[in-house]
Amino acid sequence: MKKPTAGGAVSTVASMGTEALDAAVSVVRRAGEAIRSRTSHAGETEHRWHVMTVCASAEEVAPGGKLPEPLARLGDAIDTQLRPAPGERGTELACRLHHKGDAGQPDTAESANGHDKVQELRTALRHAKALVETGEILLPDRPSTNRPTVTGRPLDKLIEKAQGEGRL
Amino acid sequence: MKALTWQGTNDLSVEQIPDPAMRNEQDAIVKVSQTVTCGSDLHLLGGYIPFMRAGDILGHEFIGEVVETGPRVKRHKAGDRVVVCSFISCGRCWYCKEGLFSLCDNGNTNPGITEHLWGSAPGGCYGYSHALGGFAGSHAEYIRVPYADQGAFPVPDALDDTTALFASDSAPTGWMGADLGGVKPGDVVAVWGCGAVGQMAARAAILLGADRVIAIDRLEYRLDMTRRHVGAETLNYEKTDIDAELREMSGGRGPDVCIEAVGMEAHSSGAQNLYDQTKQQLRLQTDRSAAVRQAILACRKGGSIFILGVFAGFVDKFPLGAVMNKGLTLRSAQQHGHRYIPMLLERMERGELKTDHLATHIMSLDDGPEGYHLFKEKLDGCVRAVFQPGR
Repeated sequence: MKKPTAGGAVSTVASMGTEALDAAVSVVRRAGEAIRSRTSHAGETEHRWHVMTVCASAEEVAPGGKLPEPLARLGDAIDTQLRPAPGERGTELACRLHHKGDAGQPDTAESANGHDKVQELRTALRHAKALVETGEILLPDRPSTNRPTVTGRPLDKLIEKAQGEGRL
Repeated sequence: MKALTWQGTNDLSVEQIPDPAMRNEQDAIVKVSQTVTCGSDLHLLGGYIPFMRAGDILGHEFIGEVVETGPRVKRHKAGDRVVVCSFISCGRCWYCKEGLFSLCDNGNTNPGITEHLWGSAPGGCYGYSHALGGFAGSHAEYIRVPYADQGAFPVPDALDDTTALFASDSAPTGWMGADLGGVKPGDVVAVWGCGAVGQMAARAAILLGADRVIAIDRLEYRLDMTRRHVGAETLNYEKTDIDAELREMSGGRGPDVCIEAVGMEAHSSGAQNLYDQTKQQLRLQTDRSAAVRQAILACRKGGSIFILGVFAGFVDKFPLGAVMNKGLTLRSAQQHGHRYIPMLLERMERGELKTDHLATHIMSLDDGPEGYHLFKEKLDGCVRAVFQPGR
């Protein structure tokens, strides 16, 4: 049997630690989802309208009825509404995954990857708002290092989904 | 370039890392001339905010020189000396237009994290974890400044770097506490904490016309500094009964405005301190709020509390009954610096707002870990350790 080096042993321990942490994060997430499914109507998310208030007029949000590119790209997969926000806050931009009802249209919300689609929709909404308000989509700094660590891996997963997750 | 990085709980190191890159057309790259420790960094250092990745650069309060601008930056050019607000805000969303810049809808590239934690996402902040966008911090030779036209402010020639440095965060944070806390002429104001932010809040209260400003801490050197440089009265909570003193000093009413500038690692005296420390270590509460509790109990009926200290999660034994039955107004925020920085630079230029005394230790970036050690342990009279990356 090959004798492990000290570095290898440390690496193995770190790897086990990472896996344990990942497993723990996964368990906590699943527990959270289970609790939410009983208490806060989880599962409705795919059908719900996701709304952002854009600090601009409806014409600025969708000139000539043309949605900003991040939402336009989603095409028929989403339903969209625009309405004036009260208190001169701009325009409420509401989107949801396309739902049953319109003949001949696939039901995006009921698709197998409905949750991923919600993430995609949230991200597109955030990007659309940023484009209208600021003219650009703010990008994060590149990480100063890609060195893997025990706590870094689950954090990276969190960051990866941080545009698509949330309460929007 | 060289940068001071977080490697783990209470583990900092100076590393060579790639220079920052322009990522957006409204970005600027700033060569950092001075960057300073902040009490809120200690929460990151101590592992109380679990969204740091090993290698992340710390630091959010800084001054420097613009070396590169994106094509959509109109107000700055290479060579400009600028102080940069610690919060990253677009200046064009509804919150920014209302002057609530730290609540910017577009400044945080990881909004999902804080939306889950707090219900909504605040703006981004340099060097303050991936929960606030994961932007690189200022303890480095260079830093990328997004939305540069909004967040970077030209520094008047008459101001030296060390004075103007504190217009980045400490001074606007302190000013906001007094301003949004509603300080007005004739008020009695109490400020918990005599660090840089507390001192700036006390000075702001004086400049806004408060009749009496009383600053509270346990460290004599900070109390002495506050008396000498800020002009506030002081109380040491380890030597006197704060509630009784404040009542005596305010005609039995209690302070009109109470400003908390301590945050989630508050110390207190006696059994309360042991209780809070134990619960925090056992993760039964994430934050210690002794100063907030005391402020709420000391405040006059119908008075106002402003929480400037950084809190991240949950506190225990929060006297909500006192808030309700005394009719208090409780308000808080991360700093809305963009609305105050130009005015503060003018006040600094006129000599109304003194800040250079806060820089008790000026060091090279290589000495960063030692600077944080002095700052964290309150050694050698440290109020703030300032790093000069070019030194």
